[in-house]
Amino acid sequence: MAKDNNKKETKIRREQEYKETDKINEVVLETDKLTKKFGGLIAVNNFDLKVSQGEISSLIGPNGAGKTTVFNVVTGIYKADGGKVLFKGEDLAGKKPHQIIKKGIARTFQNIRLFSNMTCLENVMAGQHCRSREGTWTSVLQTPGQRKEEAEIKKNAENRLRQVGLWKWRDELAKNIAYGNQRMLEIGRALASNPDLLILDEPSSGLNDKESEDLVEFLKEIVKENLTILLIEHDMNVVMGISDWVTVMDEGKKIAEGLPEDVYSNPQVIEAYLGKDEEEEE
Amino acid sequence: MRIFMEQMLNGLTIGSFYALIALGYSMVYGVMKLINFAHGDLFALGSYLGFTLLVWGNAYITSHVGLAGGMIAAILIAAIGIGIAGLIIERIAYRPIYSVGRLPAVVSALGVSIFLENIIMVIWGPRYQAYPASVVPTLRFEIGGIHVTLLQIIILILSFVLLAVLYYIIQKTTFGAAIRASALDRDTAALMGINIETIIFFIFALGPALGGTAGVMVGMYYRQISFTMGWNYGLKAFTATILGGIGNIPGAMLGGLLLGVFEMLGSAYISTAYKDVFVFLILILVLIFRPRGLLGEKVAEKV
Amino acid sequence: MKTNRNIILKNWPILIVIALLTLLPFKINNYWIDVFFFFGIYALLGLSLNIVLGEVGLFDLGHMGFMAIGAYTTAILNTAFGIPIIILLPVSAIAAGAFAWLVCSPIIHLRGDYLCIVTIGMGEIVRLTLINNPFGITGGPNGVFGIDFLSFGGPLVIDSSIESYFVIWIIVGLTILGLVNLQHSRIGRAWNCIREDEVAAESTGIDVRSYKLLAFVLGAGLAGVAGNIYASKLMIVSPESFSFMESCMLFCIVLIGGMGSIPGVLIGAAAISLFPEIFRTFAQYRMLIFGAVMVAMMIFRPGGIWPRKRGAVKFESLLIKAGEENG
Repeated sequence: MAKDNNKKETKIRREQEYKETDKINEVVLETDKLTKKFGGLIAVNNFDLKVSQGEISSLIGPNGAGKTTVFNVVTGIYKADGGKVLFKGEDLAGKKPHQIIKKGIARTFQNIRLFSNMTCLENVMAGQHCRSREGTWTSVLQTPGQRKEEAEIKKNAENRLRQVGLWKWRDELAKNIAYGNQRMLEIGRALASNPDLLILDEPSSGLNDKESEDLVEFLKEIVKENLTILLIEHDMNVVMGISDWVTVMDEGKKIAEGLPEDVYSNPQVIEAYLGKDEEEEE
Repeated sequence: MRIFMEQMLNGLTIGSFYALIALGYSMVYGVMKLINFAHGDLFALGSYLGFTLLVWGNAYITSHVGLAGGMIAAILIAAIGIGIAGLIIERIAYRPIYSVGRLPAVVSALGVSIFLENIIMVIWGPRYQAYPASVVPTLRFEIGGIHVTLLQIIILILSFVLLAVLYYIIQKTTFGAAIRASALDRDTAALMGINIETIIFFIFALGPALGGTAGVMVGMYYRQISFTMGWNYGLKAFTATILGGIGNIPGAMLGGLLLGVFEMLGSAYISTAYKDVFVFLILILVLIFRPRGLLGEKVAEKV
Repeated sequence: MKTNRNIILKNWPILIVIALLTLLPFKINNYWIDVFFFFGIYALLGLSLNIVLGEVGLFDLGHMGFMAIGAYTTAILNTAFGIPIIILLPVSAIAAGAFAWLVCSPIIHLRGDYLCIVTIGMGEIVRLTLINNPFGITGGPNGVFGIDFLSFGGPLVIDSSIESYFVIWIIVGLTILGLVNLQHSRIGRAWNCIREDEVAAESTGIDVRSYKLLAFVLGAGLAGVAGNIYASKLMIVSPESFSFMESCMLFCIVLIGGMGSIPGVLIGAAAISLFPEIFRTFAQYRMLIFGAVMVAMMIFRPGGIWPRKRGAVKFESLLIKAGEENG
């Protein structure tokens, strides 16, 4: 008993330390009792999440817990059935995905959704769509202003491609590059919109150990750019190696949150992933 | 009131034509996700086959086996002939293209449709042909003050029997369950041990066969047939399919009957000239407000 | 930045084609000049449909409806009020575009096959309405006749075959220039992204609904221009010129030529307009062969005769897109 109390005190003390460091600024993304149903199935159930400026926050949980659904509601693909999503204090209710990315939230997908028959460069250039404005007529006529903007888009995209290490594939069709590179390309496309919050859905899925390590290093680098990252991850090495804060979901609800090492040893979390202890079942 | 009932009867008759044709669209689309544009023209071909048989040798068949015999023979020939035609078309024009994609399949189906329509024109000429009066029952009588023809009754009974049999097969037999499963998810159905070959055979033989039967009935009902009727009936039957819920077989029946009734009521009480426009408007409104149709299921997209 | 000279030297095949097209009408008789005029009309129509079908990937089988709106706008306003054709050119384009905006707005969200059916329905509604002569303005099945020639004022009246030929081909040339520019802009890029993956496009910041509508409106506007030129050349318009079969032809032009590819569209237009001429002797069997060719093309060369090189549209993407949406 004493030992448990000790552990608890350490945990609370560490969380307080974390919250008082300079890194923690305002809350960038917040969900408040977020709920999403599909017919009779409650996929997300009164879910509260807080992501703070500049941190790397992980959302973990067993398959089917509702993590991607949370992302889909936050990014406007689904409409919430209850609760709120606040981004930098602003309610995102009713906003469509293309409006949300313009506000500063960019995302990647669990199953990689690239524009397969377009080149890597074009994919990243597409990411800048919400940051450019030339319209139909100036494009038809190729006015000087339009050409200038287009050149800028191209230059920014090329820089992003270099940043994600895909410069040599810039003219290759996205469907033809290696899987690991496709993941990075999707991240590059998301970064091209200069987001404040980057939402990654299982970015290390399908990557081998080396690629996962590179990804972790990459994410640590880019978060210095005044960026906040929220990710869904299954790979515990990635989660432990990179997260400032971890939230755990199971069956639509939040079951735990805290610093990575605390969450890792939380018995409820372990139970959610591995199922009940056999003794208890009898 | 009398006119209303007669129009209803008329509407149900036409509706049963649409229902029979719509079944073919629904089955093929449900399982193969292909809009078989050629289906309407198969219906027209059936009509012409029946016509040829009945007219042959100066109505030889009818004069030898009687009116009923002639009609039965025409329907059988049309059903079997068009069933075979449907299978041939599937084998030649669709099978090689399934793996390539949706769009080429649409183009191929259009190509088959154009081909069939023009084959009919080449063989039977661009002018109207007509089922002669001698091969069609002309008896009319009154039931409760409403004019009814024997032909209408025959058509309605025959159609309902066919629809009921098909309904039974689809909803109550194991084979029917296999078809419904394939319509929901063809690949998984195949993995579950359902022989997709058999399903394909069934839908591409039976669908057109029913269409061919409808063709003969239309020929007997309206007497005049033309090589363009495939297009006309085809599009309306497809509207019926959408109305009922595409891929849903009872839906196709319901959609067909409803469409026939709507069309008749629209033409009688609103305007005959715009009756086709009316039908297309129904199509568009259904697709905007209830795309799954009356009996179809909602399908969510997983992101 | 490339110099203009480099661009010209690099694209010498195009210059050859332009030279040929310029010299051609002086070498052939009026009948054939007219044939090439219609080639030009089909080319313009094919390019207009290419925006919707080739760039964005929307199945539009009712495109002739837009041309009909343009043609009849020109016909009616010219015969009833004497407004010159040249002024009616932009008016018809705007009328067709506005019509597209009106009717496509409620249905633009529909998925693949369903949109296809609705466009068929729309095209038919236009044709049937024209036949029925609402308010007595469309002339019923006989259409409207007595349309003036296009005139640029003074002696420059387009009343001969060769003059019409040059008018349409200059318009086609300008259209190609504009469309190529669009392809290389964020607009064209947005369209292609929508074609590849609508959900990803929306999440990448593209307002999918607006861009789809834009494609329809532009496509309709161009078709309206084609309608205007067609009306003034033929001096008569009737509903049967704008049938579903014609919309099918346009569809085939884009598809068989090579989706999204501008040279492909031109080849497709050439095939469609020259095809009947080649088969004039077998007139009866013409459509028969056409249907068979369509099927054969899809079996043996579904990418089209001249598929777009970069970012060539593979049908898997449309298949997967439509398949996912259908569950």
